[in-house]
Amino acid sequence: MGATVTNANSAEKTWGGGNEPMGANYGKLMMWFFIVSDALTFSGFLAAYGFSRFKFIDNWPIADEVFTHFPFLHGVEAPMYYVALMTFILIFSSVTMVLAVDAGHQMKQKTVAIYMLLTIFGGMIFVGSQAWEWKNFIKGEYGAIETKGGSIIQFVNDKGERVKLEDFAVQLPEDREQLKRSNGRWFMSEDPLPTFSVTEVQAGFKAHPELLVRTEKIYRDTKEDQENKKLQPGLNHNKHREILTRAESDIMVGNAHMVVEGANLKHNEYGSKLFADFFFFITGFHGFHVFSGVIINIIIFFNVLLGTYEKRRNYEMVEKVGLYWHFVDLVWVFVFTFFYLV
Amino acid sequence: MSHEHVSNTRRIWLVFALLSVVTTVEVYLGITRPGFLFMHNFLSMNLLNWVFIILTLYKAYYIVWAFMHMEGERSSLRWAVVGTVIFLVLYLLFILLVEADYVYEVFKNATIKWNF
Repeated sequence: MGATVTNANSAEKTWGGGNEPMGANYGKLMMWFFIVSDALTFSGFLAAYGFSRFKFIDNWPIADEVFTHFPFLHGVEAPMYYVALMTFILIFSSVTMVLAVDAGHQMKQKTVAIYMLLTIFGGMIFVGSQAWEWKNFIKGEYGAIETKGGSIIQFVNDKGERVKLEDFAVQLPEDREQLKRSNGRWFMSEDPLPTFSVTEVQAGFKAHPELLVRTEKIYRDTKEDQENKKLQPGLNHNKHREILTRAESDIMVGNAHMVVEGANLKHNEYGSKLFADFFFFITGFHGFHVFSGVIINIIIFFNVLLGTYEKRRNYEMVEKVGLYWHFVDLVWVFVFTFFYLV
Repeated sequence: MSHEHVSNTRRIWLVFALLSVVTTVEVYLGITRPGFLFMHNFLSMNLLNWVFIILTLYKAYYIVWAFMHMEGERSSLRWAVVGTVIFLVLYLLFILLVEADYVYEVFKNATIKWNF
């Protein structure tokens, strides 16, 4: 096994693979180059996200309003806290990883194993947290209406606070059966039906005169915005979504096309459809990296336990997976910034 | 390539403390969104976002340099990795964001309403 780790840099080996112009052996150098290409992949995704966001800069969802959940705090608005916690977990697992590498340099088998195990736990907690975050995102909280023009409208009361569909929609004696493959004439089926139909929401809106519609568009407090007669006076604030007057709200609700609850790849209650697509894609791709990182860490952990690297007298494999693991943490730092902060 | 095998534990914990503090500051700013940063723009982005991006790059620097031990590598490896990524990412961002802003203007000034 000693042959796989080349630390020699003697002149005879120049043409035999022993030459290390960058001072790092083959495995480590290739890990770095893999990281470069993977970093470019993630940059491509984040840049595409930036593209869509700049393109729809006036009606992009505000992250603070979307990610507001924290475990065991039902109904409490806790923007950012949960992702901040996830960030800390990942940074901490990075610390335990680098401590494992450090212990590896000093050939301390037991310490390496303990720190690797902690890293694995950190990674698992992170992936689990991400699953929980996805669950909340998919389930949604308030519900919204998609208009015939494809824009999402949400409901607020006369104080500008969000109102859930279930709080005002009425129950009508309607019976709408879900189309399934088993009862379709041809191979037809449809997405799960929302809890309320469009007519139920419209009737509920009519019965509650205090309700107003909040659009996707972001209020910028320009002169044009201030003179806009369609906006409810007193409720619109700079860099928040526009709230319409009751008369305009009626028109928007009359234009309703479908009820949206939560999010999937086609519709979401938060606003721009691309927002959910990018959320699933980028955090999903990152989550997949964390998952593979955990698997690789587990393999290396068992190698440490079995004494493979003791026999090799070299713990460089731990260093290589460490590079990958830190890279996953590095990507999260950027995802955190561009999805949740900016 | 003989790294000196001395323990770096102290430095690792210092970097962890630094990353934690920066993250806490980011979260604090993200929740409070102070008006003097949030409402003023620089290069068509508000100052708060610039603060976030700078803090993120600061964190990224420490992760790569301290945790991934880039500081101990040869400068050829450093440039091969970091230089390539920074150049290509800046190029990509420049192209895409400028184009996106143009598309935004096109939509905004168009006679056809696309989202109503």
